[in-house]
Amino acid sequence: MKVRLVDIAHARSGDKGDTANVGVIALRPEWYPVLVRELTERRVADHFAGVITGDVQRYELPNLSALNFLLYGALDGGGTLSLKTDAQGKVFSTALLRLVIDVPDSEARTLGLPAA
Amino acid sequence: MKQVVRVASGQGFWGDWLEAPRRQVEGGPVDYLMLDYLAEVTMSILQKQKERDPRMGYARDFLGAIESVLPAIVDRGVRVIANAGGVNPVACAEAVRALAASRGAGGKVKIGVVTGDDLLPRIDDLIASGHPLVHMETGEPLATVRDRVLSANAYIGSTPIVEALGRDAQVVITGRSTDTALTMAPLRHEFGWAPDDWDRLAAGIIAGHIIECGAQCSGGNCLIDWRDIPDLANVGYPIVSGNPDGTFEIYKHPNTGGRISVPTVTEQLVYEMGDPHAYITPDVVADFTSIKLEQTGPDRVRVFGIRGTPSTDKLKVSIAYRAGFKAVGTLVYAWPDALEKAQLADRVLRERLDRLGLRFDKVMTEFVGVSATHGPLAGKASSDIPEVQLRFGVRGEDKATVERFTREIAPLVLNGPPSVTGFAGGRPKVEEIVAYWPALIDKTQVQTAVEVIS
Repeated sequence: MKVRLVDIAHARSGDKGDTANVGVIALRPEWYPVLVRELTERRVADHFAGVITGDVQRYELPNLSALNFLLYGALDGGGTLSLKTDAQGKVFSTALLRLVIDVPDSEARTLGLPAA
Repeated sequence: MKQVVRVASGQGFWGDWLEAPRRQVEGGPVDYLMLDYLAEVTMSILQKQKERDPRMGYARDFLGAIESVLPAIVDRGVRVIANAGGVNPVACAEAVRALAASRGAGGKVKIGVVTGDDLLPRIDDLIASGHPLVHMETGEPLATVRDRVLSANAYIGSTPIVEALGRDAQVVITGRSTDTALTMAPLRHEFGWAPDDWDRLAAGIIAGHIIECGAQCSGGNCLIDWRDIPDLANVGYPIVSGNPDGTFEIYKHPNTGGRISVPTVTEQLVYEMGDPHAYITPDVVADFTSIKLEQTGPDRVRVFGIRGTPSTDKLKVSIAYRAGFKAVGTLVYAWPDALEKAQLADRVLRERLDRLGLRFDKVMTEFVGVSATHGPLAGKASSDIPEVQLRFGVRGEDKATVERFTREIAPLVLNGPPSVTGFAGGRPKVEEIVAYWPALIDKTQVQTAVEVIS
């Protein structure tokens, strides 16, 4: 079953130099393992292909049901150098939430995940 | 010893809500008011102001904030801690003293000033004595941009603020102290936490991280259930209610809007986060994976379980340097075929810049309404879109070249694609770029000092 990330998580993003960080938080703790499994560094890097120039690094915060992603080369140099509207990476959060993941039907039913 | 200490956040950055400091001291009992004014590039803006006038170089908004909370300081003993000093904390303290005197509170307000973070006068000595101040992301030594450096300040921790509080300062003014130290210092002072009590110091830092952006943890810029967050017009800024054991609660004054819940606090916790296992500060390395949150009442969240590890032997240095010029121009194209018109204007403009022989380090086009925020992730625009803003920016070393670009926007109104408007703002402004150069330095190279005046 297709599940929209925006229906199962919330997020906030910010900047550190030319790096954007996106914290993704499961809307229910029981959905967190799905995020851990589906939102791999590779998957997120593919999602942002053409938007960022560097790698993606992921950290897990099971205590907050959250994942933290660092997106390198995201901000056209960052801070004052950047020509981007979003020079400080404020809306990379919802850009990541555009992702749609595939979850086996039975698991989606058990967890009560909303269908896309 | 107090069993509960309340630290209220009244300012999350320079430019935050002017009403917030007064609302925090009048909305209910608090012990400390914490005001954070400094962002990465703020120091360089202040340095430029100080170059023009040696009495400037601090956050002027702070004077208005002090004026609005002066009765609370004088009559109720609320103490204020702020990094409003920027590159001139001494001048800031003088201005606060003069302000207090002019409002009939002369001699009634003891002001603590923390100095020692400013490394600008010592840059050449530091480089010569084996401190290359390499850029933390690129690895380049500072020497490559030495002649363009505007300001250099070490991020300092809670220790000098704790000292100022110990000497009874009612208003503590710092330069580039970390945002989090402004909250941790009063907790450390009141509860007598030892400088190697890593878990409690980490708790104080995380309390600081949660409230350092003001309302961003109490319903502001909050994505979850944003439609249902009550009364944002009357949003309550967050307050830390700290306990001696390092646990604390986040709450806000009664009869204010916004929301404090586990999700709103979590959104702030992940904001500007790097490696959550190692949130490095001058005082302690905090572990964000140890944080536990629990809703203990309406708009009240308990935070506990926090662990920390010893601080490192380095301090981060915030350096600002001149890095060329930029300008951004915009035009708005209307239905029908708004995006196609904007795209044609973009091609025409690029061809003209090319024919003029203007060369830039970077040229960037965004189509606001279509792809400016999410780029290609936004998908294809509706052909029926009512309007699109063309946003065209250039960046380069040469000011005249950037200046020449700014003359090429307005002509498009009459000699480019049709249905164009929104140019009333006139020619784009050329901005000098002051860029950020983060580096590390040995702690032993930075000595802070505290002075208390009244």
